[in-house]
Amino acid sequence: MNKAEVKKLSFYYSSVQALKDISLPIEEKKVTAVIGPSGCGKSTLLRCFNRMHDLYPGNRYDGEILLHPDSINLVGAHIDPIEIRMRIGMVFQKPNPFPKSIYENVVYGLKVRGIKKKRLIDEKCEKSLRDAALWEEVKDRLHKPAFNLSGGQQQRLCIARALATEPEILLFDEPTSALDPIATARVEELIEELKEKVTIVIVTHNMQQAARISDSTAFLYMGELIEFGKTKQLFTNPREKKTEDYITGRFG
Amino acid sequence: MTAEIMKDIKKKIYEHKIYDRVFSLIGVILTFMVLMVLFVLLIDLMRNGVPRLSVSFFTSYPSRFANRAGILSAWVGTILVMTVTAIAAVPIGVAAGIYLEEYARKNWITNLIEINITNLAGVPSIIYGLMALGIFVYQLELGQSILTAGLTLSLLILPIVIVSTREALRTIPIGIREAAQAAGATKWQVVKDHLVPYSAGGVFTGIIIALSRAIGETAPLLTIGALTFIAFLPDSPFMGEFPYISFDWLLSPFTVMPIQMFNWVSRPQIDFHKNAAAAGCVLIFMSIGMNALAMYLRYKYRKKIQW
Repeated sequence: MNKAEVKKLSFYYSSVQALKDISLPIEEKKVTAVIGPSGCGKSTLLRCFNRMHDLYPGNRYDGEILLHPDSINLVGAHIDPIEIRMRIGMVFQKPNPFPKSIYENVVYGLKVRGIKKKRLIDEKCEKSLRDAALWEEVKDRLHKPAFNLSGGQQQRLCIARALATEPEILLFDEPTSALDPIATARVEELIEELKEKVTIVIVTHNMQQAARISDSTAFLYMGELIEFGKTKQLFTNPREKKTEDYITGRFG
Repeated sequence: MTAEIMKDIKKKIYEHKIYDRVFSLIGVILTFMVLMVLFVLLIDLMRNGVPRLSVSFFTSYPSRFANRAGILSAWVGTILVMTVTAIAAVPIGVAAGIYLEEYARKNWITNLIEINITNLAGVPSIIYGLMALGIFVYQLELGQSILTAGLTLSLLILPIVIVSTREALRTIPIGIREAAQAAGATKWQVVKDHLVPYSAGGVFTGIIIALSRAIGETAPLLTIGALTFIAFLPDSPFMGEFPYISFDWLLSPFTVMPIQMFNWVSRPQIDFHKNAAAAGCVLIFMSIGMNALAMYLRYKYRKKIQW
């Protein structure tokens, strides 16, 4: 089952083409990893899914990303990006909690949606923090500032914040690149647990990470999709020479 | 061999460090010179002015007799004019800052506006006075009133408020904006929930610094025709009967602290000069007080916010 399909997607920063004719499926309740060397367009591709590029002028999409089951085109010009962002959550490279309390951070998405019922909000807050494996650590200090948390905890808080609104797809943009190995391991564990509930797309520059946690992997190089396949197949038996060179560390 | 090289390197480092010492020495000397000059001025002002300070100095109108003259109409005028200035400049300035920083498309028109705002901050204040005389006094016929004065000073400080709002917004990391928008927030929700609260410390500081510049302005107010001798207070803004609030004071003639000082200094009698020094002390304490408030607000908000 595909949750989304990228079809002949091209993306332009003003006149520079950053993505060229990319097509790949995103399987439902699976982890899809996007790997590639710096500047290959992997973050650019991820940010197409929730239309983050719309925040800056001069960007242009071509092609489509269909979101199932209703098959709307995520990058369609007549689709409101805010509507898209309400359905697709994102976790960024650097933990970016708001300088507010832990509680306010988690429920921000609900606040944006105009949800006022205190009981419902409290329930969702606890559930998302549990899902993000953070509840036990913060349940006694929900109303303390979020910046007192460690980097790894902050990142899990950001994951809880994204989960609170029950997104259909959760995007991870190199979520562990600013974390130490122990915090990284916890976030990876968490991603593996989360895929039972939500479709995940993760961009990572860490090939071992992609091999460990993903079901399918896309290898991007210079804005082009070189190879897409089951993670196991791509890492053990790549079809393309470039993929092999990259995963064996010959470049990148 | 190594010893030889090390000796060479050490000599080089020593030579380079001489510049460090020379520069910090010059810096210390210059800093002290400037501080000394300020200190001497302040001491001189206090020595002349403080003995003259008394309750009756604050509660008396100006007078032909130096020892009976006071600053009642001046400090009331200053507070009222500052109130109008703040009410006019703060919402417009903060809104303009937010618009330019967050909403406006970056093109040549916004660039032009930006350059002009920065330049406006450097226009001599008397020019603002002349413009206000033309627009507020003659065209809009607001008279030589508190309203005119407040609006004139608000024009004067608008660029400062706009620039400091933008600077405060710029210190907010882009990640915060992206996080909020990725959660589905509209631009207005980002502004309301995040940017305004997080930049409040910087914005308040900018507003108060701007107001403490306005509080000492004399030239533009003289240009629009502020009186130097006011022996009455504007109508009270509060009334005993319905509708309880009155705006008549807005159109009343006025004087302010620096104008009162200017008037006293230009008199030949030495006793009036003492009055001027005393008024100067009060004015300095007013602006030190405002700056202290700015520092407190900045400290308070910084403590709450980290990224």
